[in-house]
Amino acid sequence: MAYRGYAPETTALHGVMAEFDTGQALVDAARATMATGFTRVEAYSPVPIEELNDIIHRTRTVLPKLVLAGGLTGMATGFSLQYWASVIEYPMNVGGRPFASWTAFIVPSYELTILFSALTAAIGMIVLNGLPRPYHPVFNVERFSMASSDKFFLVIESTDPKFGDAATFLRGTSAKGVYDVAE
Amino acid sequence: MADPNLHRPMALHDTSDPPVILPGHDFETVTEAVAEIPLSKRFPLGWIGIFGVALFGAGMLNVALGYLVLKGIGIWGNQIPVGWAFDIINFVWWIGIGHAGTLISAILLLFKQQWRMSISRFAEAMTIFAVVCAAIFPIFHTGRPWLAAYWLFPYPNTMGLWPQFKSPLIWDVFAVSTYATVSIVFWYIGMIPDLATLRDRAASKAKAVIYGMLSMGWRGSARHWHRYEVATLILAGLSTPLVLSVHTVVSFDFAVSLIPGWHATIFPPYFVAGAIYAGFAMVLNLAIPVRRFYGMESLITMRHIDNMAKIMLATGLLVSYGYLCEAFFAWYSGSPHERFMMWNRMFGPYGWSYWTLVAINAVMIQLLWFKRIRTNTVALFVISLFVGVGMWLERFVIIVTSLNRDFVPSSWGMYYPTRWDFMTFFGTIGLFLTLFLLFLRFVPMISIFEVKTLLPQGKVKAEH
Repeated sequence: MAYRGYAPETTALHGVMAEFDTGQALVDAARATMATGFTRVEAYSPVPIEELNDIIHRTRTVLPKLVLAGGLTGMATGFSLQYWASVIEYPMNVGGRPFASWTAFIVPSYELTILFSALTAAIGMIVLNGLPRPYHPVFNVERFSMASSDKFFLVIESTDPKFGDAATFLRGTSAKGVYDVAE
Repeated sequence: MADPNLHRPMALHDTSDPPVILPGHDFETVTEAVAEIPLSKRFPLGWIGIFGVALFGAGMLNVALGYLVLKGIGIWGNQIPVGWAFDIINFVWWIGIGHAGTLISAILLLFKQQWRMSISRFAEAMTIFAVVCAAIFPIFHTGRPWLAAYWLFPYPNTMGLWPQFKSPLIWDVFAVSTYATVSIVFWYIGMIPDLATLRDRAASKAKAVIYGMLSMGWRGSARHWHRYEVATLILAGLSTPLVLSVHTVVSFDFAVSLIPGWHATIFPPYFVAGAIYAGFAMVLNLAIPVRRFYGMESLITMRHIDNMAKIMLATGLLVSYGYLCEAFFAWYSGSPHERFMMWNRMFGPYGWSYWTLVAINAVMIQLLWFKRIRTNTVALFVISLFVGVGMWLERFVIIVTSLNRDFVPSSWGMYYPTRWDFMTFFGTIGLFLTLFLLFLRFVPMISIFEVKTLLPQGKVKAEH
């Protein structure tokens, strides 16, 4: 059996969780959940299912804009570093070529553009996702260890105004099981 | 639930293509097949045996580099006029090999080639380890690698020195270090969901904690996946121009100089094609034994093998075209030095190396036109080994035959590698295999979640 870590004894609930066998069942249930008027909902799947974000969250990440800003910063850093070092701080006459040989500065500027963009994309994804975060209430559910292999889960969180109806509602879907998620 | 089209006989036009993954797999079997290898307690005997050999090679590298630091780079065979030899040959060879990994993980992702999914993880690992091996050569060629920092990187040092930004060698530092960093980041980001799978399946607390830390607490929520997919697509989009720029910049090390045989505009595309060609040969050399010994034939199918052989054929033909161009322009330039360089390359003291590389890269590669060869794994393995040799010889030819007889006959000279040159080169192969075997043992070698996206369980019908 998989190691699940330390689960504190508590009666507070993070939410209720429903388990599904296929991505299609999860997507159908997510549509029904949102149509019923629940607002604090999250879905978990072993593979990316783009529809889930469109159904539940309806917003797209700002990551691409951050990456653009990162790339421009990288380009400016690369170019100004070379300009400063070659023209201001340490000018060196090589065969009478101008100190500010901007064509020669293209390659490092280009590489730093890519480096800064890539690091922004990677670190941005991690930070926006709230990672690293070793503990999360959903891990308290024994069955949730299957979320990374072949089961699909839908959680209605306890902060939802209609949370009182959540468990009953989820039992009415095609869920294979409905579990309480301890806080 | 099951997609009725998944296992049906294929339509007429694609009867020749085997499926990307063989029938009979679902989410659980894919997870099981890949995750059980890093999680098992057993070290297979074959693994231990090969690991021992690889470790011996890595040890030899240590000895060679240790003696180099003690005595200086005079222990290598490089001597004026051939001031660049094994160090740069091996650097270009290893960097080139890395390119196939990025091509598979980035360019084929942008082209939505689903067959890339089973081989991308270990091709990316190959890239990183190849770049590590490549970096050893220029760093140790500086003779005092602990001082290399201020020669190579622009940082404020007490001597007030700055690198020469008008030199292709400093461009190379930027290109290769960016390439190494982005490759490692892309590889790690691609692994996070699979590390979470290992965390959830680990039987012991130690493994669960280690893989749990590495996976950063990945939960696979809709929000996670959305940002993850956006980030992956961006990283692929960034890696594509990056990988093309890396070998372009490596070729600038030569093309920007005035040496006959180096000063050629064909170099950037010709180097990139050669890099991908040698890289796919290395992927095949790794994939063919790995799928056999780990029983991965249902995930790395003949479709993958066949496709990689086709890419090797295409890039091999591009490389052959590069040889033709080099010879044509040497003649067409009308420059006696260019013409002599080409004549010396073909019929001079190193002529054997030129004709061997033509025999391998231009003639032998034609075998890959035949489907019977492309689907015979033993033949492909042997051909790929030869391609590795051929591409090594190509760099030997470009570097040594251009330098050994330059403009002034009084300064001509021959180059002979020493035992330390060979020990360093074979040592890096040992280091590469050591790292690769550790990767096979402790990390999921196939991207579990990506392969799952090919299966019907996770597919969702569009809403009408």
